[in-house]
This record gives sequence, structure tokens and C-alpha cells, in this order.
Amino acid sequence: MVQFSLPKNSRITTGKTWPKPEGAKNVRTFKIYRWDPDTGENPRVDTYFLDMDKCGPMVLDALIKIKNEIDPTLTFRRSCREGICGSCAMNIDGHNTLACIFGLDEVKKSEVTIYPLPHMPVVKDLIPDLTHFYAQHASIMPWLETKTNRPAKEWRQSIEDRKKLDGLYECVMCASCSTSCPSYWWNGDRYLGPAALLHAYRWIIDSRDEATGERLDGLEDPFKLYRCHTIMNCTRTCPKGLNPAKAIAEIKKMMVERAV
Amino acid sequence: MADVNRGNRPLSPFMLGKYYRFQLNSVTSILNRITGNAMIVAALLIAWWFLAAATAPEYYAFVDWVITSWLGDLVMFLSVLGMWYHLLAGIRHLIWENAKGLDISTSDKMGWAALIGSVVLTLITVAVI
Repeated sequence: MVQFSLPKNSRITTGKTWPKPEGAKNVRTFKIYRWDPDTGENPRVDTYFLDMDKCGPMVLDALIKIKNEIDPTLTFRRSCREGICGSCAMNIDGHNTLACIFGLDEVKKSEVTIYPLPHMPVVKDLIPDLTHFYAQHASIMPWLETKTNRPAKEWRQSIEDRKKLDGLYECVMCASCSTSCPSYWWNGDRYLGPAALLHAYRWIIDSRDEATGERLDGLEDPFKLYRCHTIMNCTRTCPKGLNPAKAIAEIKKMMVERAV
Repeated sequence: MADVNRGNRPLSPFMLGKYYRFQLNSVTSILNRITGNAMIVAALLIAWWFLAAATAPEYYAFVDWVITSWLGDLVMFLSVLGMWYHLLAGIRHLIWENAKGLDISTSDKMGWAALIGSVVLTLITVAVI
């Protein structure tokens, strides 16, 4: 359902302002979303100040510096620090991206605002609950489905057919695209969202897969696929430079082509 | 301490503008919605105008006065703008439905074309009639 405001328990209050670093000349302000499940209080936005002369170049460097030196209770997911695990996806400076590969110099405003991925249940601070997101991914059968007998060695694929998977297989399931999509915000319970649909297309066009018809049948639904209105927030925000909007358009096109 | 608060988790902020920045693609999408709905209102107004003409001269005179007043003119001018925009944005959607023009730079160019084109076409329309 279309929703324009936050529910009562989610409204954001002004949080704590942490002390400025002493003797620093190049100070930058960070406004970071906080929510502690143990207090029962509403979420708040805390203000931190960092000495940029002593901080690494990426947003994740700043978050780690805050956690190490100012406030150890600040909670976020991170792992690979090179854009391949997808853990540190969050809403930075008003759009979704991976904190580890988004440079502090790319933040347009002087203040760095950091929120969890939009319109998701928050587990703590910058950590969203991705249970439903993962379940949707599982629902599109993200594996090779075959009916013919297993080949002696391996399922072969031509170079041309393999090329069709480029721009799709690189998705790391960070959820930046799905949580940037207004349609997913409002119908995310039934609309699969750009990430799951990109994965669906990745298996639909895989030359080795033998369940194309079943896959398309599974998506032929007013909500699962057709809640995509080509808003294209997904493609613009993808930290890996992929194009979920195009993958979805290709699925819609296949739906028409098999019907006429 | 696993999963202590399921059920009472807050919803993370999402609202366009305040928490998620406006971008050309989302703005053109919203405008397509708004103009589509606004045209329903404009169509009703025009239907009202015709119905009045078929009802009685006095009633028509009243409705005609409303629709050709400065407020009516403004509404009709914006409706023409909305109609041209909706048409151009619709063409953009037709291109997209063929899975073409979906990279950001092409879709942005088409978005600007729809925005600027609708203004130009509206001015031409006003100049012609």
C-alpha cells in the first residue's frame, strides 16, 4: 500500500551529539541513524564529528573509525571491504550504495547522512532485516533446473550463451536496488523487487536451464513481476553498475512473446 | 541474544526527497502518474462543459464562464501541458517495453526530452489556438 509517512514507533527523534575531536582542522559531520532494540525507544539520529585528516577514504572507513574511537555501540554489517560481499549496503547521502566502495569525496553534502536501507524492518542501527528479501530470492529458484540426463562431465555452454549472463551474475544481493524502489516499498510483500527479478532473468536466459516455461509461469502475476513501473531507481543505485530494470523489461518482453 | 525484537522493529525511513533523493528517473515517473490522473479531472471538466451545452443556454453560459475564466484557463493550460507530457512519457514507456533505452544515460536523455518537449509543444499549442 502507498505510504508517505513512518509508523509511530519508527519516527525519528534527535539523538546524541558526540564530542568533536580535539585539535582537528578538517572536521566532517556524520548524521547516523540509531535504533537500540533493548531500550524500546524510537529511532534517533546521532551526530558524530571526525577528523578527516585521520580517516580513510571510504564511508566504511568513517563508520569503522567511529565504532573504534568514539562509540563502540554503533552497529552495522561489513565484511569484505571491496564491494563483493554486499554486507555494508546502506542509504548514504540519500541513495543506496555499499559503504565500502562509496568514497567520502563522492558525498555531495558537507554533512554525511547514513540510514539503513529504506523501508525495511530494522534489527539494530544500520542493520535491516533481510529475511523476506532472501525468501523472495529463494522463490525464483536460483539454481540450474534440468530435465535431461546428467552429462558425463559437465553442462556445456557456448561462449555466446555464456556472454548473456554478463551483467547478471555479478549481483551480490546487497538489496540496494530493491530497497530503492518505491514499488518495492509499497508492495514489497508481494512484488519480488529488482534483485530477485534480475536473478530470475539470469536463470531464464541461461542456455543450460530447462525450466524457462515454469520460471515464466511462476512470474506471471500482477504483483510478483508487474509491479515494476520502470521507475529505474534500481539501475541508478546499483553499486555494481548492473541493470535490473533492463532484466525486468526482458522478462516482460518474453511474457508477451510467448503469448502472441 | 538472537532476534529479540521481531514484531516491534521500526521501519527504516524511505520518503522521497527527505530520505531518498529525487532523481530524474523517479521525478519523471511520478509526473507521469500525476499528469495521468490530472487528465481524468480535465476530461470530466470538458464533459461537464458539453453536457451543459446540451442542457440549457443559461446553464451553458454559467459553465462556459467557469471554464473560460482565468482559473479555467489556467486549468486548461496545465491540462495541455500534462497531456503533452503524458504522451511523450508514454512514448518513452513504449520504447522501454521493447527492452530498449534502459541504460541510465539514454533514459535520462529521453526524460529531459519529455520534460522540455512537453513545454515546447504546449507553447506551440497555445500559439496555434
